[in-house]
Amino acid sequence: MATPFSCSSSKWDQRAIPERGAAFFERWQTTRISNPRPLAEKSRSHDVFDGPFATISGRGGFGPVPGIRFRNLTLGYDDHPAVHHLEGEIAPGSLTAVIGPNGSGKSTLIKGIVGQLSPLEGLIEISGPERCGIAYLPQQAAIDRTFPISVFDLVALGLWCEIGSIRGLTAKQRGRVIEALSAVGLDGLERRPITTLSGGQLQRALFARVLLQNSRLILLDEPFTAIDAKTSADLMALIERWHGEARTIIAVLHDIELVKERFPQAMMLARTTVAWGETREVLTASNLLKARAMSESWTEDAPWCRRRGAT
Amino acid sequence: MLYDLLISPFAEYAFMRRALAGSVAVSIGAAPIGVIMMLRRMSLVGDAMAHAILPGAALGFLLFGLNLLPMTVGGVVAGLAVALLAGVVARNTIIREDASLAAFYLISLALGVLIISLKGSAVDLMHVLFGTVLALDDAALVYLAGTATVTSLALAVMLRPLVAECVDPGFLGVVGGPGTFVHLGFLVLSVLNLVAGFQALGTLLAVGIMMLPAASARFWAHTLEGMIGVALAVGIGSSLVGLLVSYHLSVASGPAVTLSAGVVYLVSILIGPVSGVMWSILPKRHRTA
Repeated sequence: MATPFSCSSSKWDQRAIPERGAAFFERWQTTRISNPRPLAEKSRSHDVFDGPFATISGRGGFGPVPGIRFRNLTLGYDDHPAVHHLEGEIAPGSLTAVIGPNGSGKSTLIKGIVGQLSPLEGLIEISGPERCGIAYLPQQAAIDRTFPISVFDLVALGLWCEIGSIRGLTAKQRGRVIEALSAVGLDGLERRPITTLSGGQLQRALFARVLLQNSRLILLDEPFTAIDAKTSADLMALIERWHGEARTIIAVLHDIELVKERFPQAMMLARTTVAWGETREVLTASNLLKARAMSESWTEDAPWCRRRGAT
Repeated sequence: MLYDLLISPFAEYAFMRRALAGSVAVSIGAAPIGVIMMLRRMSLVGDAMAHAILPGAALGFLLFGLNLLPMTVGGVVAGLAVALLAGVVARNTIIREDASLAAFYLISLALGVLIISLKGSAVDLMHVLFGTVLALDDAALVYLAGTATVTSLALAVMLRPLVAECVDPGFLGVVGGPGTFVHLGFLVLSVLNLVAGFQALGTLLAVGIMMLPAASARFWAHTLEGMIGVALAVGIGSSLVGLLVSYHLSVASGPAVTLSAGVVYLVSILIGPVSGVMWSILPKRHRTA
């Protein structure tokens, strides 16, 4: 593999796709994020088409488990790529850790998948889109912790798909919110304003919201950063429970040991993929060294990338 | 005595009753908007938008003279145009919302002053800058009451997504909620209320009845509902007190109303139970857990 910063680097070989055959391809027709998109659609998360596999009714449950495919995907800011010509797929029902040094494009990739950033080039395709959207755990910095909202109200937003803007919560739904809080160990804190929560407690509350969203596509951006060992262990158990329920989960992580022990799949990014696949094959000394060697800097006069649609 | 002080100005003069009804209506619409603006750190954005309505109002004035209806329509159109333009630019370019608004409102303000200077006298300019709360006609009262009604209903419908947007700006977009709609809807409500404030208090002070009660409320309540309640009370109370002061002391009514709210704010800083200065001087106790 070439050095990460050179243009012709990512030689992703579309593995797994031939093995699964043509039937697998037919599923990639539901949700597409591509560039250029019309201005008016920019703030929407996805363009969801009612393809033959988009048959999810009610919360979670039915239809195929979502998978994600990246096709020659370049995401970035201004002209500078943060994710460069990414090719490959996240298999439905997989549990993938995204790792890599600071500035390697991990969070950028997540933002691309949820639709907060549109590609400079290429496509993100999501099969079997969830009616209620993706469950996305943002980095804590994205939350305004000074806003006067109670823990209960923050977590109850996870029921958005059921309650929308104006519907009140039924007794049953209130029960589910309390249950979700209890599942993450926040019993009795539901009336507290979020300002009074510690970092770990807020992270638990956000996990409770993901729990309520009941989506089968879950994206976690640094779920364990600045979280103590006990809380991480509790939340990791929750992630493994979701994995057992055949949900597709992608988590951005920095703890290599944790990835080694608990995540079957890993994607190592350094602007492009250094390695991607079975975790033990990805986390080799030479790969880690390669990722570490990634140059974080770019110059204003970096040459224009000439690589075109690889698919 | 008390009757003379508090009741008789309103009992005897219709213009005082109209002024009271108008400014109470403005308070009801503006208070919750002000609280949300403050919590979104947009307190000064309100000020910027209040200035942005000026060219529209000025154009109405240029064409129809000092007539509230065309000035209102012009103000709403100009305010919405600036707010929406600024919003679109902020959402689609590198410029953030505050800078985007600042740019557009400055263009707008300059345009407004230019238009007024084409025709108006100093007296007219005073009217535009300081409002005409003592000369509200029927149409103006209907607009003020209508704005308060629309604002209350709209906020009831969009409070949840609005709060979601404030706390976690990415959330609604990801779950397919009306993120952009809520954002723009809030801007529209802000403009409607600023035009209402403009009629009562003029372009310079329109923001006073929106932000001063909101900023005061921060010192008295922990929850959003509580803050909105306090802001309503402060807004309505300042309207009443301000008009009475204006009547008895023969001072300009707009500044009197705004200053009344200002006094409440200063008192709140001192004795408000939430982080008021006085409480930090007293010895502190703490609980066991």
